[in-house]
Amino acid sequence: MTETIPREVEASGIRDYLALQENKTLLRFLTCGSVDDGKSTLIGRLLYDTKLIFEDQLATLEKDSKKHGTTGEDIDLALLVDGLEAEREQGITIDVAYRFFATPKRKFIVADTPGHEQYTRNMATGASTADVAVVLVDARQGILPQTRRHSIIASLLGIRHVVLAVNKIDLVDFDEAVFAGIVADYEAFAKDLGFATVQPIPMSARYGDNVTRPSANTPWYTGQSLISYLETLDVESDLREKPFRFPVQYVNRPNLNFRGFAGTVASGEIAVGDAVVVAKSGKPSRVKRIATYDGDRERAGEGEAVTLVLEDEIEVSRGNMLVAPDARPHVADQLAANVVWFDEHPLMPGRMYILRTETDEVSATVSHLKHRVNIHNFAHEAAKCLDLNEVGVCNFSLQAPVAFDTFAENRTTGSFVLIDRLTNATVGAGMILHPLRRAANIHWQALDVTKVSRAEQKHQKPAVLWFTGLSGSGKSTIANLLEKKLHVSGRHTYILDGDNVRHGLNRDLGFTEEDRVENIRRVSEVAKLMADAGLIVLVSFISPFRAERRMARDMMPDGEFVEVFVDTPFEECAKRDPKGLYARALKGEIKNFTGVDSPYEEPERADIHLRTVGREPEELVDELEAWLREKGYC
Amino acid sequence: MPATLSHLQRLEAEAIHIMREVAATFSKPVMLYSIGKDSSVLLHLAMKAFHPGKPPFPFLHVDTTWKFREMIAFRDRMARELGFDLLVHINEDGVREGIGPFSHGSNVHTHVMKTVALRQALDKHGFDAAFGGARRDEEKSRAKERIFSFRTKAHGWDPKNQRPEMWKTYNTRVAQGESIRVFPLSNWTELDIWQYILQEDIPIVPLYFAKKRPVVERDGMTIMVDDDRMQLLPGEKVEERMVRFRTLGCYPLTGAIESSADTLEAIVAEMLTARTSERQGRAIDKDEAGSMEKKKREGYF
Repeated sequence: MTETIPREVEASGIRDYLALQENKTLLRFLTCGSVDDGKSTLIGRLLYDTKLIFEDQLATLEKDSKKHGTTGEDIDLALLVDGLEAEREQGITIDVAYRFFATPKRKFIVADTPGHEQYTRNMATGASTADVAVVLVDARQGILPQTRRHSIIASLLGIRHVVLAVNKIDLVDFDEAVFAGIVADYEAFAKDLGFATVQPIPMSARYGDNVTRPSANTPWYTGQSLISYLETLDVESDLREKPFRFPVQYVNRPNLNFRGFAGTVASGEIAVGDAVVVAKSGKPSRVKRIATYDGDRERAGEGEAVTLVLEDEIEVSRGNMLVAPDARPHVADQLAANVVWFDEHPLMPGRMYILRTETDEVSATVSHLKHRVNIHNFAHEAAKCLDLNEVGVCNFSLQAPVAFDTFAENRTTGSFVLIDRLTNATVGAGMILHPLRRAANIHWQALDVTKVSRAEQKHQKPAVLWFTGLSGSGKSTIANLLEKKLHVSGRHTYILDGDNVRHGLNRDLGFTEEDRVENIRRVSEVAKLMADAGLIVLVSFISPFRAERRMARDMMPDGEFVEVFVDTPFEECAKRDPKGLYARALKGEIKNFTGVDSPYEEPERADIHLRTVGREPEELVDELEAWLREKGYC
Repeated sequence: MPATLSHLQRLEAEAIHIMREVAATFSKPVMLYSIGKDSSVLLHLAMKAFHPGKPPFPFLHVDTTWKFREMIAFRDRMARELGFDLLVHINEDGVREGIGPFSHGSNVHTHVMKTVALRQALDKHGFDAAFGGARRDEEKSRAKERIFSFRTKAHGWDPKNQRPEMWKTYNTRVAQGESIRVFPLSNWTELDIWQYILQEDIPIVPLYFAKKRPVVERDGMTIMVDDDRMQLLPGEKVEERMVRFRTLGCYPLTGAIESSADTLEAIVAEMLTARTSERQGRAIDKDEAGSMEKKKREGYF
């Protein structure tokens, strides 16, 4: 059944032997399911039975089993794969481990993924590159919440085949009824997940029943063992038959005579002479050369890393795609996607993230969280945010268009990750559902009196002056003085003050990160309406996050948003403490206080930077007014 | 062209893809060049990835001053023949203090001359991405590591808090002073490496081939006497035996195996029948349980 390592491979025959190895196909699968369902033990069993454990590893295993083992006198196969110290001490799996083994028919890469809910993102990491999910269920426990969660994530990530491994069948006396009950439960639940196949197998990873050989203990089960099923399962990808997609990774320009576009063919095939277009610009060209280190090629297909030289000198840079002219990808700056959230800080509508496709990167805001998926019953629930390990559907608004396919069409060009702008952490994964056309359903009502005419009547240029800085930095003082001056000189103004707005429009919002984002979003919208009415709007808000200030700026036309950084050091603000808030925050009486236990991200390129220390507010206002006059705002 | 790619073609394409991602997104990448077989494969793949150009980054060798002499000769020959940009870093503080494996033991030596030396070199040049040749099949903590593996400003690895890594969509963003270690060979096995060397005819250090060499038995390992810094202990004697090495490092810490395999084919045949893992020949992994993870957290590759 399994491969015995050839003891007497003659050196002369080794090339033949290797050629045979080379022709094997590769299957990537993951093991998942709840804690203690025996995932690591199963992989240990596979490695052990396929004789991939070396003598020194076996010696270490025996030693470790005595120290950390959970199986009494027997060797604990799970310890073969739990590689981190913390894992061995706690007897759990924290991160995905990749293991390699081969049988005479196939090569396998298996991702052993953790069962604990808090490590779900590591399960997703393992699932993203797998063809098959082996979902383990403890025969004594049946379907658990993690069984559902992992099945949903596997389904969202495009896994088409599932093995339902009903493990520890020895502990229920190899009872067929228990097995049948679990299978029925699972099938009822998984019918909506769109798997192509679900193969149930009763097994005991610890003793090897139905893992690499059929078991005499389960005469009522006539199907294949796990290994023989995985050896024969057809997972051939159809990406080669799909339209040509070539995400450009790197422009290779070693000298003036060569300009090539390096990348990996995401789908389809290309040959010298074929027509292509640049996805974002639609500019056409033809393939002149397919360059590789091993010589020029006539053709290249899905999965190959090559360098394309085009007939024409056209603009193509990293993040763009060369594609088939007759079957182009979507190019849009609005899209809807399934999202799996990985971070302790929840996903929030209105917040800006970095959206990274395989080679492109763009700022993106969650414009709408459509719903969250309840993992127990698949219900679509309204939600204000997505918490760690939650799954939902979001609309995204991108700062620039990207080229993509839907995830259902193409796993490579239809997926992205979300990155936090501040920490650079990978906070989520997205599977694109479809592009969105801007305001497809809501049409602007055309109005005859325009923003320009309103502003002209007031003899002024509308603007949003956005004052940001720590609490007590002097924002409101300065804004107030400036408004008085503008008012005296006949300008039409309005101040939106953080504290005042929280008494009315935003009185339902607190000071959590999520509420702060919403607070800024609403104020930005109001400021935008007032500017539209022709006013000069002074917004005096701490607005601690760059992402939200950026969002506000992006909502206004160029030149209308003026960021004023009222720069007073923390120590100085805490000393001034006009409202006595710092004293309380430092004592821990106020939570989420900016500068104390909530961050303030200083502007990187404020339009005006006012350093307040050692200067009078009147001086600063004069400086500000001079700047505004120079720029033609008043 | 075959309808589907072979296992090795997929691995090759994946490694090239990874190298191009790094070259396109980091401001100052470097490739760690340890002169061993995995490094030789990495170098070969780098030549492929940027053809017809040269790899757009330098190659760094952290020289502990205790490498086999044949390794150093091979390193200099490859740099000359392939014309890549070679940087050599030695921890001069360690040299001044006379740190070595015989006098200070493998732990102190490896920490000072390898881990600290590597940190020094990365800091000195301000590299923000460093390629290494590590594979997931080598060792248990390696099996858990991402292809793009984040390091703090102090070069530390936090195994409990790794970035999720989805598809081939790598997060290549780091803040000032932080860096990424990149492992393009993560999904290769030892057999894949040898098979690829055979297929591509990649030059490797002759120490991998069996030959009569002067060796001494010490602490259960067969150590080659590579220079006169190795003093014989009472009862030890130098013997000429047919040996070769499965991995290469500092000669006093690298055990030879008895072998007559003097061709690539014979090496592969021998490997297929081996009953011990390749890292067994390394003294540094055995000092304590979980030792590789500990070293990696401190900044070892």
